Amino acid sequence: MGEELLKIRELDVRAEENQILHGVSLTIGRGETHVLMGPNGAGKSTLGNVLMGNPQYRVTGGSIEFAGRDLLSQNVDERAKAGLFLSFQNPVEVPGVSLSNFIRSALEMRSGERIRMWEFRKKIHESLEVLNMDSSYADRDLNVGFSGGEKKKAEILQLLMLKPVFAILDETDSGLDVDAVRTVSRGVEEYQKDKKGTLLIITHSTRILEALHVDAVHVLVEGRIVENGDAGLISEINENGFERFLTQKAAEEG
Amino acid sequence: MAEKTYVEDIDRSMYDFRFEEKDAWRIDAGLSPEIVEQISEEKNDPDWMRDFRLKSLEIYNSIPMKDWGPSIEGLDMEHIATYVRPNAKMADNWDAVPDDIKETFERLGIPEAERKSLAGVGAQYDSELVYHNVQDFAVKQGVVYTDIESALHGEYGEMIRDHFMKLVPPSDHKFAALHGAVWSGGSFVYVPDGVKLDIPLQSYFRLNAKGAGQFEHTLIILGKGSSLHFIEGCSAPKYNVANLHAGCVELFVGANASLRYSTIENWSKNMYNLNTKRALVEEGGRIEWVSGSFGSHVSYLYPMSVLHGRGARSEFTGVTFAGAGQNLDTGCKVVHAAPDTSSYVNTRSISKGGGISTFRSAVVVQEKAKNSRSSVSCESLMLDSESRSDTIPAMDIRTRQADIGHEAKIGRISDDAVFYLMSRGLPEDEARALIVSGFADNVGKELPLEYAVEMNNLIRLEMKGTVG
Repeated sequence: MGEELLKIRELDVRAEENQILHGVSLTIGRGETHVLMGPNGAGKSTLGNVLMGNPQYRVTGGSIEFAGRDLLSQNVDERAKAGLFLSFQNPVEVPGVSLSNFIRSALEMRSGERIRMWEFRKKIHESLEVLNMDSSYADRDLNVGFSGGEKKKAEILQLLMLKPVFAILDETDSGLDVDAVRTVSRGVEEYQKDKKGTLLIITHSTRILEALHVDAVHVLVEGRIVENGDAGLISEINENGFERFLTQKAAEEG
Repeated sequence: MAEKTYVEDIDRSMYDFRFEEKDAWRIDAGLSPEIVEQISEEKNDPDWMRDFRLKSLEIYNSIPMKDWGPSIEGLDMEHIATYVRPNAKMADNWDAVPDDIKETFERLGIPEAERKSLAGVGAQYDSELVYHNVQDFAVKQGVVYTDIESALHGEYGEMIRDHFMKLVPPSDHKFAALHGAVWSGGSFVYVPDGVKLDIPLQSYFRLNAKGAGQFEHTLIILGKGSSLHFIEGCSAPKYNVANLHAGCVELFVGANASLRYSTIENWSKNMYNLNTKRALVEEGGRIEWVSGSFGSHVSYLYPMSVLHGRGARSEFTGVTFAGAGQNLDTGCKVVHAAPDTSSYVNTRSISKGGGISTFRSAVVVQEKAKNSRSSVSCESLMLDSESRSDTIPAMDIRTRQADIGHEAKIGRISDDAVFYLMSRGLPEDEARALIVSGFADNVGKELPLEYAVEMNNLIRLEMKGTVG
């Protein structure tokens, strides 16, 4: 492993009355791509949201370090400025704010500098092209009236434009048809290679992973990491599903 | 579009600065026939106007104070000076405007806007216009844009007499009567048949004097098939005594003519804004109201469209932002008085810090207005639990052959939306301001860019410090 970028230690998380994550530990090196898999309801999205700082969740134990600094003491926007990015599973609609104005505002907030208009237009059109999106999307209201697939593409567009150090993709492939998965996957590949990005890909299927290089796979079941492995785990899960991990866990508890 | 959402360096002093009052003459506070006669004399009124003023005062004294809407108890007419003449003669050249007054308008960006994007500008300081100028190309097409006082004595004197307070008669309500008695300043615009003015005219009203009233009258007459975009802006520095604005706007839209009337109002928060605006639209004509209400302590503002000719149309797009200490009662009225007429109302109201925002609308479809259509949509956003938002839509439909729709929504900023925007690097207050600007974009996108920027500035100003 290269330089450690993200280090999660013994993380306990609650939402309202329920404990969702139990002692989760995970370390990701700079430039690596990790995959977090697991059945529905295992707590995968919770982990992504906690990393980004969603106030709906309460961290009750453990620690997270990002780029050598304590992450949990930082606000959501500070985390973003430190280079963290979450591709949302269901991004919200924001009427009256165009996708391009939003991205430009975000870039300016992150850098503290004004962005030249013509450079920005050029870049956003390049990124739209990578994602097979019509250039008119730039001027549409953020996520308003977007289909599920369009919302996912708009998230990846933000990923390409904001160039974070570390991106969490939360079920970016769910609800997409085959062509859309391929397109989104191309966008992710671009981030992975050209921007030398670090990734945590949360998924319960394997389609988006086919074209991507993967360094490590973690399996989350009922809020606990039950297995860590290499890319080989993906094809095993692809064939057998999560049953082995469920029975394994039952046996441990039994 | 570069600056649409984010503008740096918002400076509260942009509106709040004030200069020492060096008014040449200020009338005694209060209301009496003597005071009204004095104003009339000061303005060298024709006889009919002097009589009109005195008659209006009688009406004012005979009409009881309204018994609905926000309280105006803090407004005591005995303490309001109804006429304050600035120490300046009207000029058609900024260089001839006295320095402190010129600086006021420069800080508000008026001369710059004129150079860049306007066909004509009028600037009123307290009770009188201090600057008025129209570009040559507009004059050549026969467009008249002047102060009402000089027009009263010129070739359009008769036209003014035929229209002045015919649409809003002094008997309409108590403050219309007050306006009739003490009105001063404002604009007269006449666009001849068939003339289409592509770039806007603008009037800016600034009330600098303390404890005073501003009663400007705007009269716009559009000939057949003509078109015009008129913009008005208003502001005042803050004082701790009440100021009053009771202006009157009368718009006559000829057959197949088209008028857009845009307002960004940012009176200081000691202002009682009791303004009356009305449009009469003839066959095939169209009125579009674009209205941003941000300032004042109390506002009563319901621009009204009377769709008088077949196929006449009215569109109203408005946003109202009520912050701490503000009670803004705004909305619109439409009267469908002819067949095939249509009206469209789209408003947003925002309330914050205990502010009260009330949307009040009235749609009347007369029996003869067959095949008319009306659609009213209002949305409210409350930024905290101490603020208030009310919606009072009234409909009076006298024919079955009409298509009427109404939709109302009240909401709050969702935590999910704030989290989403923050996750891209926006601090919480910026995230909230962006959501509110987006909410008000129905008006923003109808305004010329500079004004949309100003409106977003006002929103950001209001949103500063909303995060604990």
